[in-house]
Amino acid sequence: MNFEPIFESASLYAGGLVVTLQLLAISLVLGLAAALPLAVLRVLPSRWVHGPVWLFTYVIRGTPLLVQLFLIYYGLAQFEAVRESFAWPWLQSAWFCACLAFAINTSAYTTEIIAGALRATPHGELEAARALGLTRVQLWRRILLPSALRRALPAYGNEAVLMLHATSLASVVTLLDLTGAAREVNARFYLPFEAFLTAGAIYLVVTLALVGALHGVERRWLAHLRPRT
Amino acid sequence: MLHGYAPALLNGSLLTLALALASLALACLLGLAFAAARLSRSRALQALSLAYTTLIRGVPDLVLMLLVFFGGQLAVNALAQRLGHADYIDVDPFIAGTLTIGFIFGAYLSETFRGAFLALPAGQREAALACGLSRAQTLRRIELPQMLRHALPALSNNWLVLVKSTAIVSVIGLNDMMLRATQAAGATREPFVFYAAAALIYLAITSASELGFKALQRKASVGVRAGSL
Repeated sequence: MNFEPIFESASLYAGGLVVTLQLLAISLVLGLAAALPLAVLRVLPSRWVHGPVWLFTYVIRGTPLLVQLFLIYYGLAQFEAVRESFAWPWLQSAWFCACLAFAINTSAYTTEIIAGALRATPHGELEAARALGLTRVQLWRRILLPSALRRALPAYGNEAVLMLHATSLASVVTLLDLTGAAREVNARFYLPFEAFLTAGAIYLVVTLALVGALHGVERRWLAHLRPRT
Repeated sequence: MLHGYAPALLNGSLLTLALALASLALACLLGLAFAAARLSRSRALQALSLAYTTLIRGVPDLVLMLLVFFGGQLAVNALAQRLGHADYIDVDPFIAGTLTIGFIFGAYLSETFRGAFLALPAGQREAALACGLSRAQTLRRIELPQMLRHALPALSNNWLVLVKSTAIVSVIGLNDMMLRATQAAGATREPFVFYAAAALIYLAITSASELGFKALQRKASVGVRAGSL
């Protein structure tokens, strides 16, 4: 093993890590922002409301992220209307397309996670809220959402970790994220073990840090569910 | 509409399916072996299993795949040279893909199988041993069939994720459905059409799998009384 060139490329890896974290943060924030209203629509009784949301999550969750990324980055360019639209300068950028694809993808999974947590609301919480005369808006804002979002936290943590790993696909559309940096180093020095093991180790550290942070959040927001000692 | 590329795409989807099934078989074997290691009395085996599941689940599948493909290439050729083989050997992307995906999902399945084994009432095993069955017979006739029922829901989830992750094997050059869609997209300049077609085939595979697993679950749960709410 020869790690000398890896140390020389430390700035490449550092830049890659920054891109990876940016992609993760942007897609998680946008995905969550879209997932909240979608999850509420997903659990409403009307078929015309929850049907389209179901179809969206079904299609996104049933196809690989790589296909979705290619559809947005390479696919949309097929249409002249897209090439002449105001969005074209953005859609030409690999960075923008990666963020868009990742955000759409994680929003579908997050929608189902939150919808599942909403459906698991204990019956008594709803009855108590209605008995106290809360309006529909109050019911959602003070009872349903806070309780469901807490319950969704462990599953959402898993989704965040999966999303961190999914950002590695950005390297396929030419972005120099952590995986892209490792591929660049491998191409330059032909040291596949050293290049990819280094990237893997960094991903592992970030994953463990993310899991640790999520446990901290859970300890705080799910304190009432911990077994009493 | 597909300019005569439909047979090529469908052939590619067969390769995708073959890759997914081969990886699943490897993942099941590894999963069972590491679940057994985790449940064994040996501290060393427990630690080995824990390290495997933590390491594999902390690193993106694309990084592991690049590591196995490029690293494997280097290792195989170094070994061949030492054995006096002069020609350059190419590592087959199908084998590299199967090994990588099998190894990754082996880690996930070992957790699934471990949980399923723990869900079995201890009395089942004790009764089997008391009836004079050998340990191997107990495992094969009593524990495995019952374990499967508990493992099926998670197995179904893992299979769906596995199918979708086969798409990234096209990155290391496997001539699967994704790569054929890319080739057809390049030749016809209609990338959207071909990536959408690939997405639909993936959706068909995942939808059919979901129906199949539902049927399996029904079959495995015959004789189990479910509490009604």
